[in-house]
Amino acid sequence: MKRLVVIPAFNEAPAIFKTLTSLKKTLKTVAKFDILVIDDGSTDGTAEKAQKARVNILRHRLNRGLGGALGTGLAYAKRKSYDLVVTFDADGQHDPKDIAKVAAPIENNEADLVIGTRTKSKAGQMPLDRALITRVSNLVTWFLFGIWTSDSQSGFRAFSQKALDCIEIKTEGMEVSSEIFSEVKKHRLKIAEIPIRVIYTAYSRSKGQDNLNAFNVLVKLLLRLGR
Amino acid sequence: MNLIFLPIQILLVIFLLFAFTRVIFRYREGSIPFGMFLFWTGIWALASVGIIVPDFTTFVAQKIGIGRGSDAVIYASLIVIFYLLFRLMVAIESLRHQITKVIREIALQENSSTKKKKQK
Repeated sequence: MKRLVVIPAFNEAPAIFKTLTSLKKTLKTVAKFDILVIDDGSTDGTAEKAQKARVNILRHRLNRGLGGALGTGLAYAKRKSYDLVVTFDADGQHDPKDIAKVAAPIENNEADLVIGTRTKSKAGQMPLDRALITRVSNLVTWFLFGIWTSDSQSGFRAFSQKALDCIEIKTEGMEVSSEIFSEVKKHRLKIAEIPIRVIYTAYSRSKGQDNLNAFNVLVKLLLRLGR
Repeated sequence: MNLIFLPIQILLVIFLLFAFTRVIFRYREGSIPFGMFLFWTGIWALASVGIIVPDFTTFVAQKIGIGRGSDAVIYASLIVIFYLLFRLMVAIESLRHQITKVIREIALQENSSTKKKKQK
């Protein structure tokens, strides 16, 4: 089985090297995984830092947003015929040890898409504002796409080859998280949720989805539905 | 029918003629499709009728249950403007999507050419 970890990164120079070295170290004990960093037009030397960790890097000439970067990672995996893709945040908020758990339902043919959910884990509680935004996003995802999930905004996911073949990402920004569920519904993919540990630091909190951005994400989702 | 034109009517008609010439030029140079040419021609033609024959808007307004012709024009204009705004936002999103596709393709091609060079 060909496995790939995709890490979208935009201006993650302070964290990317540490994230990659810790990931590589843990993966040695899990299974053979290739690592691909999508440098989404960073201007702070993220790609150079990632290169030091000796991983494969794809560089966007311009910043296209999380959806753009994920789409590139999935397109790469599709072209290179990977059987399993795990998406992982570059800011160090995910625990590499969870990769085996998140990948397991795909390896065992039990699911096409696995969500590493932050809301079902006892370890590493989500800050209150993030928890609230996540709940609202879950409700919006359910309302717009008819799929209930406990963490629609999680960046820790695993895709099977079938999911890679079916899912076509069109959005560029953070709304990609909800768009994936629209594709899951459309193609009737099997979905599973696995609790993951979250490591919230001042750095990881400063990255990711801005609370005020949530409204913008909603408008873009509605726009996409209504065009 | 009152055919004595007020200065404001003359100015507005001149502006509409100018706007219509822009539509023709943009269509001739291929910047807008035929459907958009027809749409804007219709909009400017209707606006011209409303300016040259103000009673026409009052007639339409009364038919649809709005008292004054000018009110009907404002309501209709607002609806059209908001719809165009929506279309514009969709068009911008579509452009963003196209740009992402290009950036993605460049990234994928650069990656494979770098790998080939390393293999050599």
